[in-house]
Amino acid sequence: MLVKRGGFALDLDMTIFAGETVAILGPNGAGKTTLLRALAGLVPLTGHVELDGDVFDDSATGVHVPTEKRRVGLVFQDHVLFPHMTVLQNVAFGLGREGEGIAMTWLNNAGLGSKAGAMPRELSGGQAQRVALLRTMATQPRLLLLDEPLAALDVTIRAEVRRELSRQLAGFRGVRILVTHDPLEAIALADRLVVLEHGRIVQSGSPADVTARPRSRFVADLAGVNLLRGRGRGDHVELQDGAALAAPEAGDGDVFAVIHPRAVALYLARPDGTPRNVWRGRAEELDLMGERVRVRISGPVPLVAEVTPSAVQDLHLASGAEVWVAVKATEVSVYPA
Amino acid sequence: MVLAAVGLLLFLLPLAGLVARAPWDQVGPALVAPETATALGLSLFCSVTATAVALILGIPLALVLARTTGTVRAVLRALTTLPMVLPPVVGGVALFLAFGRRGLVGGPLHNAFGIQITFTTAAAVIAETFVAMPFLVIAVEGGLRALDPRYEEAARALGAGGWKVFARVTLPLLRPAIFSGAVLCWARALGEFGATITFAGNLPGRTQTIPLAVYVALETRPDGAIALSLILLAVSLAILIGLRDRWLGAP
Repeated sequence: MLVKRGGFALDLDMTIFAGETVAILGPNGAGKTTLLRALAGLVPLTGHVELDGDVFDDSATGVHVPTEKRRVGLVFQDHVLFPHMTVLQNVAFGLGREGEGIAMTWLNNAGLGSKAGAMPRELSGGQAQRVALLRTMATQPRLLLLDEPLAALDVTIRAEVRRELSRQLAGFRGVRILVTHDPLEAIALADRLVVLEHGRIVQSGSPADVTARPRSRFVADLAGVNLLRGRGRGDHVELQDGAALAAPEAGDGDVFAVIHPRAVALYLARPDGTPRNVWRGRAEELDLMGERVRVRISGPVPLVAEVTPSAVQDLHLASGAEVWVAVKATEVSVYPA
Repeated sequence: MVLAAVGLLLFLLPLAGLVARAPWDQVGPALVAPETATALGLSLFCSVTATAVALILGIPLALVLARTTGTVRAVLRALTTLPMVLPPVVGGVALFLAFGRRGLVGGPLHNAFGIQITFTTAAAVIAETFVAMPFLVIAVEGGLRALDPRYEEAARALGAGGWKVFARVTLPLLRPAIFSGAVLCWARALGEFGATITFAGNLPGRTQTIPLAVYVALETRPDGAIALSLILLAVSLAILIGLRDRWLGAP
């Protein structure tokens, strides 16, 4: 499909299987929400969209099924409950006759029966989002489109809604597409990750595959690893700015090299012994991550290192000290770009 | 501050003048005089009918305005707001040329069916609608533009077709804008003078609304005019205050 809006173009080709939850990940402006809106039929597109053999869009033959006929379930970042209707009326909105009875069953099953007569403004953020989810699920959509359903919630209530979401997703047999920028959410809920950047798919695969072999800065940052790119030269990788990185099985051609921050060691004096990748750098920025500290080091090969808080003191990292950086060649994992 | 005070005085002084110079002993008789009752009843009837017509025609017009862009929108907007800037008397002349017995539409209408619009109560309603409807259209269009489009999108994704989305989501969410627009529209219609007297004439019991009655009375019996003005002022205030709670209480 191809969607053009102003100077932005979303251009992609993907197939999703029934019963699969796909998480669309990507930085802001990558086209994630546009993708969902196009699938929902809310924005015009060029190309072809098909669900289970039913053509939704086909620009060649002029087919465009309107949103209300697609049976897509759309869940927004904030609940978008109709403010002038009660919770029960909201959930019953997409149901036909006797909708209120069915809606009541859904609310009771989710433990929200006591809120049936409440207005949306009387609900907490978590409750409202759960009601919004029920409102969508009650219509039994064939395609579920979730647009950052947890992003607008406080961290404390996110878990409550995530539980409800997992529960609903588990009982849902259609296709599920989740847009998110939270890697935890993606890994917890999705079978497959699709990484979108500048309107194109840069990577797709299981969460483990994607995070083990990032193919973009964005994914590397999500996975919390150092990503370098260069040319494989047998036993080393020639990086783009000229530096060489020793690595066994560097292969040849265009490659990515990944180094976990824990594998980056820092020293006051030049280390002796086995590490083959040794150079001087300067500590630029510190970031506390639980029990460990992440240090951004500038130098011939800019890297992020993970060290203990005591190392920060011993190496004077807080004051921007010069340090020696060492990485064992065996800790560098290389794969074709 | 000083300028604000001057501005406020500009509103207050005429009102004070009206109250101070009021021949209170004549207000009572004026109120019960049959001419007053007729004019007041006609005023209320015409202004309420004009507001109803404006609601029926103005809401769809506002929807079209809010959904269009570019040149089409600019032209439509200019057309709908024209009556707001046009001197009402000019509006009345224009209406006369369109719907009068020899007018663009009125001529054929009269020749074919013998229907005459001018100098009837219908003409007074048309004149008031012409002048007052823009207030409603502008208010509703503003409400539509401020409306989060995701409510309508959510409704469509839940399977609601165009009409259901409009009736159950758009219209209820627009209620505050429609209400305030209707109040402004009604108030403007109630005070309408220029277009009415030009297009509908000044026939007691048929087209002579209170503003027209005040104008006529001013020439013959000024005290009566003041009394009538006070009555119109009181009616307007009473209705505005009565509606205020619902207006402000709307979500």
